[in-house]
Amino acid sequence: MKVLKLTVAALVASAAFAGAAAARDQIQVAGSSTVLPYAKIVAETFGETFPDFKTPVVESGGSSAGLKEFCKGVGEDTIDIANSSRKIKDSEIEACKAAGVTEIQEIKIGYDGIVFATDAGNADLALKPEQLYKALAAEVVVDGKLVANPYKKWSEIDASLPDAEIAAYIPGEKHGTREVFEEKILAHGCKDAGAVDVIKAAISDEKAAAKKCVAVRKDGLAVDIDGDYTETLARIASNKSGIGVFGLSFYENNADKLKVATVNGIVPSTETIASGEYPVSRPLFFYVKKAHLGVVPGLKEYVEFFVDDQMIGPDSPLAEYGLVAAPDAEREEIRKAFAAGNLL
Amino acid sequence: MTDLASPAVMVSSRSAENRRDIGIKRRYAAERRFRAYGISAIAIGLFFLAVLLWSVVSKGYTAFQQTTITLPIEFSEKVIDPKNERATDPKRLQTVNYPVLVRDALVKQLGIDPKKRPLVKQASDMVSDSVRTQLRDIVVADPSVIGKTIPVTLLADANIDSAFKGQIDLKVAESKRKVKDQQVAWMNELAEAGVLKKSFNTGIFSFGASSRPEAAGVGVALVGSAYMMLIVLVLSLPIGVAASIYLEEFAPKNRLTDLIEVNINNLAAVPSIVYGLLGLAVFVNFAGMPRSAALVGGFVLTLMTLPTIIIATRAALKAVPPSIRSAALGLGASKMQTIFHHVLPLAMPGILTGTIIGLAHALGETAPLLLIGMVAFVVDYPGSPLEPSTALPVQIYMWANEAERAFVERTSGAIIILLIFLVFMNLGAILLRRRFERRW
Repeated sequence: MKVLKLTVAALVASAAFAGAAAARDQIQVAGSSTVLPYAKIVAETFGETFPDFKTPVVESGGSSAGLKEFCKGVGEDTIDIANSSRKIKDSEIEACKAAGVTEIQEIKIGYDGIVFATDAGNADLALKPEQLYKALAAEVVVDGKLVANPYKKWSEIDASLPDAEIAAYIPGEKHGTREVFEEKILAHGCKDAGAVDVIKAAISDEKAAAKKCVAVRKDGLAVDIDGDYTETLARIASNKSGIGVFGLSFYENNADKLKVATVNGIVPSTETIASGEYPVSRPLFFYVKKAHLGVVPGLKEYVEFFVDDQMIGPDSPLAEYGLVAAPDAEREEIRKAFAAGNLL
Repeated sequence: MTDLASPAVMVSSRSAENRRDIGIKRRYAAERRFRAYGISAIAIGLFFLAVLLWSVVSKGYTAFQQTTITLPIEFSEKVIDPKNERATDPKRLQTVNYPVLVRDALVKQLGIDPKKRPLVKQASDMVSDSVRTQLRDIVVADPSVIGKTIPVTLLADANIDSAFKGQIDLKVAESKRKVKDQQVAWMNELAEAGVLKKSFNTGIFSFGASSRPEAAGVGVALVGSAYMMLIVLVLSLPIGVAASIYLEEFAPKNRLTDLIEVNINNLAAVPSIVYGLLGLAVFVNFAGMPRSAALVGGFVLTLMTLPTIIIATRAALKAVPPSIRSAALGLGASKMQTIFHHVLPLAMPGILTGTIIGLAHALGETAPLLLIGMVAFVVDYPGSPLEPSTALPVQIYMWANEAERAFVERTSGAIIILLIFLVFMNLGAILLRRRFERRW
């Protein structure tokens, strides 16, 4: 009973303290699940390298959710850093401003490749954006007319592709990866397939036309994966002829189970992505509140540690995990911009 | 079963032929069919339970073993403290490049030419990166080890661990897997020498979250879950019991109490994520409580558990026969005395069972914790419920999304740990009921 009484007392006391928000001594990070593994490595190494600071807490939940949390305001009870697998949107900057987060520093940490892979037992696969567009778009152009996607097998699109039913596991709409997939694959494929003109002729509104280009078929052949890459991997394990979309780092960790497809004849690797030869890549960012620098202990050190070459350089643990390091000059630029306190 | 067969025999006997047909045969057949349905329903249930348990246990039991490498580490003064500054500057010991010590020991053990850099790199990749902190802690705790050579048991890298457990298909081309042929050869060599071996993995219980599978554990999650369960128990039991005693024994039966009852039943069925949204809005945003804290998690789970406890408690109170109440009242006890001296003790087993089941439910909940920031990577142990922590099911969820192969077994391992906790809680509920249950 005594223990019970003590705990009640402690709870009441702690609840009272919580309202006053005791000074926070731990960096809080939230955001993209793509950036999460990298942020975890940095946070852990940071905690080990700087024993005076606590290891930062990294939440996952997606870029948008993270940025929303980030834009809640300034102060102890808001997060310090938002990880994002896409650039912050203007509307989000506006929301930030409205809540008092006026000074945001953008930090690019490197690039992430997006790869197409199928089960390791399949034959080599060479894809082009045009073929992917034809396989996955809601409506394609046949004989100069826009019709609902008639293709059921890959071989119907191109004889070089396997004679298997189309089954593609693509990131769901809540993922930042989906946006890259639409922009770099579907929009390009739409253009290459010559569908842009037909769509433009049919729809005068430019925005609606662009949307039409990246609309994905809903007849079950293209499956949105709202979970993470592990779910995509499980889908491919059960449907060997399926094609899944993965991050390069995830693929590299599971290279024994997957066979990666070339896009435009280029094999995805950190080298081809860094050089820009491989077309489907995107920059990864995190955003930090300038007002919290110097207030939250260790925040400045954490950011500096993150952008150091021992973390995001070509021989760093992040690169080993699958991050594509930015070119030397760009990394130098990133460090300079942070030191100078450049704002968005 | 023999009782069932004998009437059927009677029906077909000669004396029964003259009787009018009352459908005995048909009715017994219907009963047999119904029993068969029941048995098959149970069999299907058991089958799926067995499949589930088998898949979790067969994947997860290996997580309780960890490959370790025991090496004689020379705590060379040349590496740790070349200028002998540790007396004046104790912080110096924090930043030493400790992995070098392990690398040198491994190179010596395997007889590699230290000039062959790629080979040395491959060898040092065989041990976990966590050796840096491990050796640092040894040296900081006892600086007198500097200059000595002592055997230290180090964690093997997760890839070596997986390979040693046979989870990596070594027939796949070398370039496509994380473990190189040379490393496998070394691994077998070290295993033969008894340097590399599997031992019980205490780390999975004690370590916090880590990006390195071999150094990842559910320690922080266990502490977070324990904090939350304590908060849920301390808050929801008194509130829930008080609410149900009032509703059951004192409150007048009118429209208002009917409405409350309907609402409580509804709340019990509300998806848990809704409680998370509520917690975010009320506790974090409005009351300004810290994010990711077990305190807020406990509050949210309390809200979620309350309806379950209230419903169970009311049912338990209702099950106490009215004769007990009448007898107590007849002997001159007040209503209050009747309830607290007679009704409540008799209802206790039911109340406790309901509470434990509610707690078990709360223990396995992730969704409401997502929104209040508890689905997070937390390395440090929380010193109080106010500090960031995570929970056991959250750890499972986070590990399930990891890319590394070694996290697959750890995910299942964590599920086994959670299941063991749930089994114990439910066992506790059954024992309490057995011990205190009364029949009338």
